[in-house]
Amino acid sequence: MSLADGTRPRHVPDHLTSRGQRVIRSWETLLVGVAVLIFLANTWASPYFLDPWNLSDATFNFTEKAMIGFAMALLIISGEIDLSVAGIIALASTAMGYALQFGVGTPGLVLIGISVGVACGAFNGVLVTRLGLPSIVVTIGTMSLFRGIAYIVLGDQAYNGYPSSFAFLGQGYVFWVITFELVVFLVLAVIYGIVLHATNFGRQIYVIGNNPTAALFSGVRVQRIKMILFLLTGLMSGIAAVCLTARLGSTRPSIAYAWELEIVTMVVLGGVSILGGAGSILGVVLAALVMGMVTFGLGLLNVPGIVMSIFIGGLLIGVIALPRLITLIRKGQI
Amino acid sequence: MRLLGKITAGLTLGAALLGSTAAMAQDDDVRIALVVKSLGNGFFEAANRGAEEAAEELGNVEIIYTGPTDTTAEGQIEVINSLIAQRVDAIAVSANDPDALVPSLKKAMQRGITVVSWDSGVAPEGREMHLAPSSDELIGKTIIKLAADHLPDGGKVAVLSATSTSTNQNAWIEEMNSVMDQYPDIEVVETVYGDDLADKSYREAQGLMQTYPDLDAIIAPTSVGIVAAAQAVQDADKVGEVNVTGLGLPSEMAGAIESGASKSFAIWNPVDLGYAITMISYNLATDEAEAAPGAEIGMGRMGSATLDDNTEAAMSEPFTYDESNIDEFKSVF
Repeated sequence: MSLADGTRPRHVPDHLTSRGQRVIRSWETLLVGVAVLIFLANTWASPYFLDPWNLSDATFNFTEKAMIGFAMALLIISGEIDLSVAGIIALASTAMGYALQFGVGTPGLVLIGISVGVACGAFNGVLVTRLGLPSIVVTIGTMSLFRGIAYIVLGDQAYNGYPSSFAFLGQGYVFWVITFELVVFLVLAVIYGIVLHATNFGRQIYVIGNNPTAALFSGVRVQRIKMILFLLTGLMSGIAAVCLTARLGSTRPSIAYAWELEIVTMVVLGGVSILGGAGSILGVVLAALVMGMVTFGLGLLNVPGIVMSIFIGGLLIGVIALPRLITLIRKGQI
Repeated sequence: MRLLGKITAGLTLGAALLGSTAAMAQDDDVRIALVVKSLGNGFFEAANRGAEEAAEELGNVEIIYTGPTDTTAEGQIEVINSLIAQRVDAIAVSANDPDALVPSLKKAMQRGITVVSWDSGVAPEGREMHLAPSSDELIGKTIIKLAADHLPDGGKVAVLSATSTSTNQNAWIEEMNSVMDQYPDIEVVETVYGDDLADKSYREAQGLMQTYPDLDAIIAPTSVGIVAAAQAVQDADKVGEVNVTGLGLPSEMAGAIESGASKSFAIWNPVDLGYAITMISYNLATDEAEAAPGAEIGMGRMGSATLDDNTEAAMSEPFTYDESNIDEFKSVF
């Protein structure tokens, strides 16, 4: 169709949501595709991959990181970020080790680990929501602060001698090859999926991420919700600290070193927009599986860790660039 | 989606390339995994050279040199889990944490894998034996011998240690004192403490040369102290009069050897260590030897290791570095 002057009318979409929904849908489809592909490639490349016990061992590569990833996804969707999560693990683990010296039992240790996590989250949250500081700067600061305290307390020493009932939280099996950590991971995935996708609270997180000013004028209590999200991230870091400490059976200040980047990578790979406003828990779960399988599969081939990082980095850029490329190709610009 | 198809093809191709390299490994080889604290560290690269040397000597051994990118226990556990999954024959680990690795190493042993530690040990329940590069006794003997070798007519020697509470240094100095009757012409005039701080060690070394103008040698059994003492000797223009020796790192001591402030010093040799632990892993994995207290396990050209009550053994006395070999090792560690 052409107008009287010979030009064609500008294309105006008749509905705004469907394209976004399609992108999100295709994103998760894409991740499922990548996951299946990596699964098949691993099965084919190594005779040791398809073994229930080996796969069970491999879940440890992502369970703890993914727990934090869920809360991080909510935080990033709301337009904030928390880079101090690995620092929180170090501090919470140190606090548990310190308490252990006074003979605190397993329930007490778990309580202390989680409380320290929540307290650290509250500290971040207050700095961001009350003082209005940018979360990326605040949490880069607290990342060093929390781990720094762990280094001051421990130096080159380590806490160990955790009781065996505590070790179950990180090493125990609930049923056959299903580990306790895997169960925690699955339960949390369901809870976070419901919170984000089926509650008002979840909708409000998307609204804040898309337009905080509009959210505020619509009666969304923006600062309060952000505060809750920082508390949740702290809580998850505390839970991850309990699981990781129980799995290692010892605390060193270098525990969970550089995990924040892997967790953010996982969340972004899962389709959460780093600019906020979009993403899903299913995507994070799939990304966790993809990253876990890639690191384990490459590990079976004895590929050095640095090559794995390159592979994960390439995967991240590839998967993120793909929808953009498709859009450009559809528009005929490439 | 054609693009998706291309990416799929790309990933598959990548996986295929990775897969084909893995498939080349021989199945009947004894596969020994050398797990290090972190990759990209010259000390461990040198240990790997030693392991490869042992593998070549043995013939049917495949070395898997691996480790995490950062020196973390979690990273090593991921590596160990993937080695267990591959059912390697032996895991020889230099641990980032003596306790954190125990659960996964126990699992490895339950599945019939030989587990040994070297350099930096694992708690006894997580390994079959540990190979330390040296022992207190051998180090104590070596540091005085290094000084005595260059003092055929005897002389005065002082010790520059780390802190007065350093367990390692105190044990070595004690062992050194226990063999002093073999060196009747050598007198240890004083032991001073530089606290492993470069500036304090430097001042203490200066003080020694002022207090004892006829001092012949300074023994510093610490890598910080030995460098500081060599610098102090150079600055006091006493090169040739006072010989600095002890334990140091080749990379840091190359200058002192070149200037003559230090004629020789000692530290373990990572190549020998990698060689020895590979030989031990092989002997244990093939049931040639058993890791029990008192057992003697062959280490090829390095002789044999005798296990003590904690199933630990010392490889050898520290390796001596001087102008003949410093160039080879100064870039290693």
